[in-house]
Amino acid sequence: MESLLPVIWAGIIGVAVAMYVILDGFDLGIAILFPFARSDGERDRMMGSIAPFWDGNETWLVLGGAGLLVAFPRAYAVIMPALYLPIIVMLLALVFRGVAFEFRGISLSKTLWDRAFAGGSLLAALCQGAILAGLIQGIKVENGAFAGGAFDWATPFAVLCALGVAAGYALLGALWLVIKTDGELAERSRGQAKILLLVVLAFMAVVSLWTPLAFPRIAERWFSTPNIFFLWPVPIATAVLAAFAWYALEKGREVSPFLAAVGLFVLGYLGLAISTYPYLVPPSLTVFQAAAAPASQGFMLIGTLVLLPLVIGYFVVVHWLFRGKVREGEGYH
Amino acid sequence: MSLDPVLLARLQFAFTISFHIIFPAFTIGLSAYIAVLLALWVYTGRELFNRLARYWTKIFAVSFAMGVVSGIVLSYQIGTNWSHFSVVVGNVLGPLLGYEVLAAFFLEATFLGILLFGWGRVPPWLSALSAIIVATGTAISAFWILSANSWMQTPTGYEMRDGVAYPLDWAAIIFNPSFPYRFAHMVTAAYLTTAFVVLAVGARYLLAGRHLTESRVMMHMAIGLIAILAPLQLFIGDQHGLNTLKHQPVKIAAMEAHWDGSKPGDFELFAWPDEKAETNRFAISIPRGSSLILTHDPNGLFPGLTSVPPQERPPIVPVFFAFRIMVGIGLLMIAAGWLGLLLWLTGRLFEARWYLWLVARGWWIGFVAVICGWIVTETGRQPWIAFGILRTADAISPLSAASVAVSLVLFVIVYGIVFGYGIYYINRLIVRGPEGAAIEPPTRWMPGRALSAVEETGREILSGRPKRT
Repeated sequence: MESLLPVIWAGIIGVAVAMYVILDGFDLGIAILFPFARSDGERDRMMGSIAPFWDGNETWLVLGGAGLLVAFPRAYAVIMPALYLPIIVMLLALVFRGVAFEFRGISLSKTLWDRAFAGGSLLAALCQGAILAGLIQGIKVENGAFAGGAFDWATPFAVLCALGVAAGYALLGALWLVIKTDGELAERSRGQAKILLLVVLAFMAVVSLWTPLAFPRIAERWFSTPNIFFLWPVPIATAVLAAFAWYALEKGREVSPFLAAVGLFVLGYLGLAISTYPYLVPPSLTVFQAAAAPASQGFMLIGTLVLLPLVIGYFVVVHWLFRGKVREGEGYH
Repeated sequence: MSLDPVLLARLQFAFTISFHIIFPAFTIGLSAYIAVLLALWVYTGRELFNRLARYWTKIFAVSFAMGVVSGIVLSYQIGTNWSHFSVVVGNVLGPLLGYEVLAAFFLEATFLGILLFGWGRVPPWLSALSAIIVATGTAISAFWILSANSWMQTPTGYEMRDGVAYPLDWAAIIFNPSFPYRFAHMVTAAYLTTAFVVLAVGARYLLAGRHLTESRVMMHMAIGLIAILAPLQLFIGDQHGLNTLKHQPVKIAAMEAHWDGSKPGDFELFAWPDEKAETNRFAISIPRGSSLILTHDPNGLFPGLTSVPPQERPPIVPVFFAFRIMVGIGLLMIAAGWLGLLLWLTGRLFEARWYLWLVARGWWIGFVAVICGWIVTETGRQPWIAFGILRTADAISPLSAASVAVSLVLFVIVYGIVFGYGIYYINRLIVRGPEGAAIEPPTRWMPGRALSAVEETGREILSGRPKRT
């Protein structure tokens, strides 16, 4: 059991980060699409479609951070200083966008906080992409501590990932608007979603080719036998889902394109997990080396098994209460 | 002088955590107040309570948003700036913080959504229940965070192996010796802080002759709470101090600027502690006052600062003064509460304009007391980050001073802007008052935008509220 704990925890944190990416992904994405809205009324509806959920969505980020500290303190202690600048900038960007939800409704001029909301969200998404790239690229570690420079993460690959994540979030955002709004706004979102779907697929293809070419350990993971016999369905499933998402958008469906895009995210995420496992901090710290004491992982696991289903329970309740399309003037300001 | 990353990282953490604590200090109390108002509304059916609850919920939402975003920063800063701290004590503190997120953060965030956006969509009892859950969530949050902090002050239930702390007994870790005192002290402080804000807003309206019914209810509820909690807080604080004397005597010596432990301690009403000369200058003191408070005996002895070498002592000046400000405000709070109660009982509360004038300007005193209290306990723990386990200077991440300096500047700028606007907007909500700012039920959506625009305008004319676009 003790040797399983690090694997279970890697799974829990993996799920928390995936939940964060999908949930905050759509609400960051809606903010990224803010500049394309035609009127204040449209922006009100866009914000209204996520206002009751964003607090809860962002909490998954706290769980990701706290979970890493709980389960893998050594990895936490390496990753945070190594990716210092993108993490700090991301947090500050999230401050701006988070308060914009409240401040926008009280301010006499909405423009200022519209910009803070859109700019903060875009910057946060770009930073998250850079953080992802920083992890894939690997971190220089000596004696269990970060030993690199402040800008080690800043590479062309990081730029690629940053743009890819921002495009992916925008895609989720557009598809969320297809579900939660109607009329002109929903139609325009549907058009944006089609373009973004193609852009995101292009980014996914480039990342999938770049990583095995640039990182031999990733090439070996995917293309050596017998791995390749088990792993070939991942790219095939991605292609099938993408085709389905396009078809569903064309057919005027509302919910299924969003779910298909979530599926694409999950597959992309799974691909990255396959590329890096068992490393938490490639190429030096595995989940086993970075693990907290079994007593700590075990104590927290008990609580997590009880509380996580509850958290998912409220998640369902709040989405059920606020189901349906967002109407104009429905905020509380 | 070259920049010292440890000093910069400490400044940064002091800045971000002081900024953060302002909001929990307010929202812990305010969420409980809103829950009480909504419960009264459901129970009595009086619309007044609903109006007040909605009004305060708007202010709560702004404060809570600032609390959430500044709190997310903290959960990452432990790793970015203090990575060695997370390696050494992560096994013990990690789960406490993890429980906070799972048990409290999600609870608050989700049910706040229902509280804010559910009006008109969910039945009143569910609004009231959501408010109670949010209030409970904030209290659970405080439970875990204060447990973690208290363990850093009075660690128990662990063992050290290869320089890393390993948990032995979770009950001993969570309920470590200083935790019950610190938890009681902080939650009471949060309720008092909120009560003084509510009192100030009520007094402000009464002075302006606006929202008279609402203001009277606010003032009565606030004074009732303060008159009971402020003296209780003095007692809890005293017990907390005795607990600190037992476990962290050097912190107490710094609070009292008590140098020589072989003599009874005087209580310094004012003094300038001179750390080099190891004595107090310009002292005005009550002879043997500290001994009387701490040992309940005018001749009682307690350890002095000279009992440890200078490098084992915390910085004396900030601890000494922050303690005096905190206690001073505490006494002021008792006076304000009892005076208010006296005026209330003699039926003069709303005519005593001098009293209204004073309390209307005193909304901030709770916040200052809370920050001073944290300065006492955190600075007083130095040079340790986890008492007796890890020194602050050894806890730092391997970062260049430049990285920390840049992020410090960014934090000051961003927080300056956000905090400035936050206070400004909260003030605007207060100026607008319970009627204008109340959360309105969702408009029933009408087909066609023209119709809903007409409805919107009509509602504005009826409510006399200017259009905000």
